[in-house]
Amino acid sequence: MAYSDKLLDHFNNPRNVGTLDKDKKNVGTGLVGAPECGDVMRLQIEVDDNGLITDAKFKTFGCGSAIASSSLATEWLKGRSLHEASGIDNMDIVEELELPPVKIHCSVLAEDAIKAAIKDYQEKNGFAG
Amino acid sequence: MSANKRLIYLDNNATTAMDPRVLEAMLPYFTNKFGNAASRNHPFGWVAEEAVDYAREQVAKLIGADEREIIFTSGSTEAINLAIKGVADMYHSKGNHIITVTTEHKAVLDTCHALEKKGIEVTYLPVDEKGNIDLKELEATIRPTTVLVAIMYANNETGTIHPMKEIGEICNRKGVLLFSDATQVAGKIPVNVKESGIHLLCFTGHKMYGPKGVGVLYVSRKNPRVKVTAQMDGGGHERGMRSGTLNVPGIVGIGKAAEIAMKDMEEEAKRLSTLRDKVENAFLQLEEVVVNGDTEQRMPHVTNISFKHVEGEGLMMTFNQEIAVSSGSACTSASLEPSYVLKALGLGDDLAHSSLRLSLGRFTTDEEVDYAVEKISKGVEHMRSISPIWEMYKEGIDLKSVKWSEH
Repeated sequence: MAYSDKLLDHFNNPRNVGTLDKDKKNVGTGLVGAPECGDVMRLQIEVDDNGLITDAKFKTFGCGSAIASSSLATEWLKGRSLHEASGIDNMDIVEELELPPVKIHCSVLAEDAIKAAIKDYQEKNGFAG
Repeated sequence: MSANKRLIYLDNNATTAMDPRVLEAMLPYFTNKFGNAASRNHPFGWVAEEAVDYAREQVAKLIGADEREIIFTSGSTEAINLAIKGVADMYHSKGNHIITVTTEHKAVLDTCHALEKKGIEVTYLPVDEKGNIDLKELEATIRPTTVLVAIMYANNETGTIHPMKEIGEICNRKGVLLFSDATQVAGKIPVNVKESGIHLLCFTGHKMYGPKGVGVLYVSRKNPRVKVTAQMDGGGHERGMRSGTLNVPGIVGIGKAAEIAMKDMEEEAKRLSTLRDKVENAFLQLEEVVVNGDTEQRMPHVTNISFKHVEGEGLMMTFNQEIAVSSGSACTSASLEPSYVLKALGLGDDLAHSSLRLSLGRFTTDEEVDYAVEKISKGVEHMRSISPIWEMYKEGIDLKSVKWSEH
């Protein structure tokens, strides 16, 4: 499969690989996917008092598209407000990385991971719903 | 892919490079020796026919058959279709039951599925964790209406070799025809259709350093005399079983490939199994690595390995600019399903996703293998360093106890 240069760049030089302390109150963690399905994404965000995402980290078990999608997601999350972050759509990722149709599910997973991380942060910090 | 970059090919079960000696033998039959082997009335035809006859002998010798038992086809897929559908049609009055195995190649499985739609009954035998069938189960599955048992000689993904002699003994005792897909085997390990009691067997040129687009179906002529119904209508070539002008250059090529393979087989198998073991032992030095399939009864040049907590396609992307292998990962298939062969062995989907198949060949060198092992091992380490489930495993978390969000 021929991948775009942007995708290959994210795969070969993944941004923001790592682990944030999931027990910290201002860290939200999203873990989505399953080993049996061939991809697991863990996306974490650190949020400041103003609701701005100051840091984002990921680790992903998956194919090249899954790794690139999560790497791109962390790049996009940094510096955004939670509200802005929750507006990231999987099709934005598809367009940016030029994902082939069979790999669209990787972008869906990344969107799910973003939403799960935000939800985890909000639950920890007493946001409703 | 830059032109000066070295490329290492460890995917010889997909296809092999053609041996230059084969190409040399073929070339005249594209140009001045271009005749139609069916032109019986002039020298152009005679030259072509002579070349085909010679190739028929070369190919027959490779599998211990008589040259009159060789039908040339366009490849294994066509030979498989001809064998299975041809037997089902020809022996319809005797019965309508076929037995095969879940780990067969898609060419066999899909041919069987097509026959099922036409009312043929097919039993798919399961395999154990090494990829072997239970011979007692095979025998018990044979019914009075069974016309054919179709079992591959060795599996393309794992290299597991089925005990064809024992299977042949059962089929002959029960009076059932035995077809074997020997695509991954011909020219690599000794095959003797008579000693193994095999009635139909196929293989292709391009997996044994010959050309693509040419294959062979062996059809037993004696004890028993087997007939298959032609699946294409036409000029009645190949004793009426396969119409179509013979692919003379291709046939010359597969003949030459068979001759070379027969001469070099023993030495080549020894060299490749030593190299393969070296690869495998190097990978087994890494943590959490398992070899899939039967490590005793298997092809000398293949290894199928799962690197736990690493996804196969992603792993391949760390080195596939330089090294060609294949994976049982879903992400390498259009279906998004991991390898059905590995699943049939009872491997969990997670391990199937984590598998690589390395298949060495005639032109694989020591240096290439050393380099590949180093690059792949580095890739495994990198992919684990960014894998959340590797981190969880290292923290002692039982991954089976985690509630995953399916998608």
